[in-house]
Amino acid sequence: MASVALPAPRKTTSRNYLNAATTVKSWLLTTDHKRIAILYLISISVMFVLGGAAAGLIRLQLLTPNNTLLTYDAYNKSFTMHGVIMVFFFLIPSIPAVLGNFILPMQLGAKDLAFPRLNLLSWYVYMVGAIFTLVALLWGGVDTGWTFYTPYSTQYSATAVIPVGLGVFIVGFSSILTGLNFIATIHTMRAPGLTWFRLPLFIWALYATSLVIMLGTPVISITVLMVAIDRILHVGIFDPALGGDPLLFQHLFWFYSHPAVYIMILPTMGVISEIFATFSRKPVFGYPFVAMSSLAIAILGFLVWAHHMFVAGISAQSALIFSFLTYLVAIPSAVKTFNWTATLYKGSISLDTPMIYALSFIGIFLIGGFTGLFLASLGTDIHLTMTYFIVAHFHYIMVGGAIFGFLAGLHYWWPKMTGKMYSEFWGRISSVVIFIGFNMTFFPQFIAGYWGMPRRYHTYAPEYQILNVLSTAGATILAVGYILPVIYLLASLRNGKPAGNNPWGATTLEWQTSSPPPTYNFLKTPIVTDAVYHFHLPAGDIAVDGHGDGQALGPGSAPATPALPAKTTDER
Amino acid sequence: MAQQVARPTVPAVPRAAAPIEAEHHVEHLGHHYESLDQQHHANMVGMWVFLMTEILLFGGLFCAYFYYFAAYHEVWMEATRLQNIVAGTINTAVLIISSMFVALAIWAVQTNRIRMAQILLALTIVCGLIFLVIKGYEYYSHFTEGLVPGAMFQWEGPAEMKRPAQLFFWLYWVMTGLHAAHMVIGISIIGFILYKTMKRTYSPAYFTPVELGGLYWHLIDIVWVFLFPMLYLMGGHYGQ
Amino acid sequence: MSAESFWSYLFAKSTTGRQVDILFWTLILVTLAFSIPIVGTLTYFVFKYRRKSPDEVPPQIHGSNLLEITWTGIPLIMALGFFFFSATTYLHMVVPPANAMDIWVIGKQWMWKTQQPDGQWEINELHVPVNTPVRLTMTSQDVIHAFYIPAFRTQWDVLPGRYSTMWFQATEVGTYHLYCSVYCGTEHSEMVGWVTVMDPGDYEKWLAGKAATASAAGQPVQTPAQQGEALFQSNGCATCHVQAGGGIGPSLKGVAGSQVQLEDGSTVTADDTYLRESILQPAAKVVKGYPNVMPSFQGRVTEEQIIALLAYIKSLK
Repeated sequence: MASVALPAPRKTTSRNYLNAATTVKSWLLTTDHKRIAILYLISISVMFVLGGAAAGLIRLQLLTPNNTLLTYDAYNKSFTMHGVIMVFFFLIPSIPAVLGNFILPMQLGAKDLAFPRLNLLSWYVYMVGAIFTLVALLWGGVDTGWTFYTPYSTQYSATAVIPVGLGVFIVGFSSILTGLNFIATIHTMRAPGLTWFRLPLFIWALYATSLVIMLGTPVISITVLMVAIDRILHVGIFDPALGGDPLLFQHLFWFYSHPAVYIMILPTMGVISEIFATFSRKPVFGYPFVAMSSLAIAILGFLVWAHHMFVAGISAQSALIFSFLTYLVAIPSAVKTFNWTATLYKGSISLDTPMIYALSFIGIFLIGGFTGLFLASLGTDIHLTMTYFIVAHFHYIMVGGAIFGFLAGLHYWWPKMTGKMYSEFWGRISSVVIFIGFNMTFFPQFIAGYWGMPRRYHTYAPEYQILNVLSTAGATILAVGYILPVIYLLASLRNGKPAGNNPWGATTLEWQTSSPPPTYNFLKTPIVTDAVYHFHLPAGDIAVDGHGDGQALGPGSAPATPALPAKTTDER
Repeated sequence: MAQQVARPTVPAVPRAAAPIEAEHHVEHLGHHYESLDQQHHANMVGMWVFLMTEILLFGGLFCAYFYYFAAYHEVWMEATRLQNIVAGTINTAVLIISSMFVALAIWAVQTNRIRMAQILLALTIVCGLIFLVIKGYEYYSHFTEGLVPGAMFQWEGPAEMKRPAQLFFWLYWVMTGLHAAHMVIGISIIGFILYKTMKRTYSPAYFTPVELGGLYWHLIDIVWVFLFPMLYLMGGHYGQ
Repeated sequence: MSAESFWSYLFAKSTTGRQVDILFWTLILVTLAFSIPIVGTLTYFVFKYRRKSPDEVPPQIHGSNLLEITWTGIPLIMALGFFFFSATTYLHMVVPPANAMDIWVIGKQWMWKTQQPDGQWEINELHVPVNTPVRLTMTSQDVIHAFYIPAFRTQWDVLPGRYSTMWFQATEVGTYHLYCSVYCGTEHSEMVGWVTVMDPGDYEKWLAGKAATASAAGQPVQTPAQQGEALFQSNGCATCHVQAGGGIGPSLKGVAGSQVQLEDGSTVTADDTYLRESILQPAAKVVKGYPNVMPSFQGRVTEEQIIALLAYIKSLK
């Protein structure tokens, strides 16, 4: 083992988590967080393709006002399938279960997550939930929309609500296991010297995300379970005709499903902080404020759920209170945006693919965030809620936010995950194509919504057609944009240049080990001696291999690492 | 404008002195932990966070309960009077005693009284089984009395109370059913720990699983302590 | 029917809609006023501070508390301002004027039924006079729907088992889209119609013409209150609810909108939802001093009949 530390040129065949064992069994029974992350990456990619296919059907149907491509039922089932798959099986696990799983223990200098077997269990639970949902969705389908509003879902819908509800119930436990693992790991497995305020901001974001997962997910689980039980018993727990109250369902549903948006956006914010620091070679401006704003969003995010119900029949007093709290939750997001901008000031900015994605994210997040203000404002919300305006808004946040963050992070950490560099040229092309396609798809929907086009309409008034045609055209470009990374990232596995340990010159711990990392991440437990993000130090001084004597290596005795390695060099 | 801050002078934390112990294997230590202490700490944090989610899982049902309690106050009083308060009280007592047994079992392992720990764990399981038997008897009598929500529901009180009363019993069955499912899981966990205790796995040096199982058992107990007044005592029929 | 052109749509066709428009465009301006500088600064920084050499080390700036306070404080103050601005608009939208004309709305899968004050029903259409405040009292026969008129910038959920209200005052003659905006099942997108705003004179003529057609077909038009009175008699309500008082049940004279003392000591406001519940679930809230003997009318009266009964009860002043 010690020989690896020698400055001898590293062969690509060195022992790492990928080639440690290669049998199928070694993958299916692995407890290595990095391998589980790869399993998750494959699974959520498959789900993304299925959810995307449903979105394609929706966009094709809406190409003309009275299209008969899909029947009413097929259309309703398509948008339900799109929503259920994308929300529960792609967006929520995307960054935490893939990038978080892979990177979090490494950024902490740990060998693995606190509970590796629970981590594997969470993937299996995810798969069971996914299979349950898919079988139900494909075999009959469900037409309630991903919101399962009662009493439609409990009494009126004649579709497979129970199996899909159970699928959502089951997959919730997969999120809970991941969140539990992250919280325990962050609390107890930090490397020596890695104090709370030396944590990378990605960790802070995942910590806040995990809190939201732990507090919110059980509530949605029990709520969909209540819907499923009530469909069997027909007692009408949410049906006014039988004494129940549909607003109770909406309260319980949004108590989770609003914070769920923060489960999607908070990890993205963490990724963006990492990328802005690395590609401008500057510490994130106002580190404690950025870290604490994640927690503020997580906490305030639980106090705003009823803003989904402004016209649903809640009292005017509660509407005013929830509107006010919704304004407050915008503040920490604004603080983050200002701090990211200030991070670039006097930086040394390099526009590599991850950075282009991150900058695109800012643009999209600005639009998504500001249109959120229109919906927090009671006066405008009453006009715009339940129209395409809200569809556009949450796609800007959830797709723009989560997917741009996910792709930014995937491109940023791909060299670490695989040891290979992808084609920078195609990376930049794809980021631009996705940015254009995304805006072309969803910006016209703001106008359609303002113009009064309600969401979930199978046919629509002819005046909205031009906007829908634009949107469908944009979706086509977007689809091409999504296919590109699949091709060049997979191609990089074969043809990519070796990435080296730290191709971007980043400062966090995961870059201090080889790419791809060895099974236990670090050959020696790293010792942290300084705050995170300090690009003025020689890389070797950032964190050093522990020698068992508690002494950090001085700059002089640091391994022969260039202060900021150029991207092309591969040796240490 | 932004001021330039000098490099922070936080000193290196000396706790790093702990040498990597992976080379010589420590019994019961997971490969990815640095020390038994760290492992114990991680397990406890994980368990507490898990208990938090369990509380929220019941929390959704508690919300529904109080939401409808506010709307159908009278019906709730009426419906709780149909409960078998003797069975409920015995079960509450049984569970509280079982919690004491499991707490003592943890203490016994910590103080190396392994034989005593085995007896206490067995007693915990017996209490759990007694609870389930009594609960099963209650379910059976509800069943014969037609207090099962759905098509079979029979209600002898005022007719217009029938639908809200059904909601009450809906909540009653789901809440106690979910609790009973937790009991079954809890008994299995304590059973596993008992088995491991018989095999002398635990000692004052390593008792984390006993403590975790105990925490889970206490949670089940505490949930019941809330369910009991909500589902049995609301009607205030103790004088009858 | 005509489509709504975008340019005409830009100007709301109701009084509260105009307030929404002012709020909307103010928010657009604020959005631009914030986003353009942020995007501009980002772009400027990206070009100005491009990496010049591979081993460049920029100054390590960690932050500034002054800046943090500034950019937390300014958005906070602005947010508070907008909260009050939007809350004012909202309160205008939810409190109907006292002299508003009453329209009843029933939503069901997948159509709208609206009832004019003179008792005539329309399907998927609503005719109203211009410059007149109109209050809609709405309920659903099955699932949740929502009554949405984009040109008036207002919508409200229509729930089963309770009444929700919304109001508007149209400012321009014309025909405007009416949508159901909460997903309500298979043919959700067919639950659409038109709101026709007419000159008061035309409206009266239209109403009279429609009534004449109905009379000619042997279905003379009765106001909801008249229909309700007939139901009040035929269902035997009048036997107990003697107007002069002294009956088995309380007199219903002047009860609508009043505070009612209940058996358990609490008080409720006798709004539409309470009156409806008292017809369908009499035992749920028993009036103080009266026995709990009224039978439930659940399943014995339709939504339309309940509306008529409510109109009658409200007419007892």
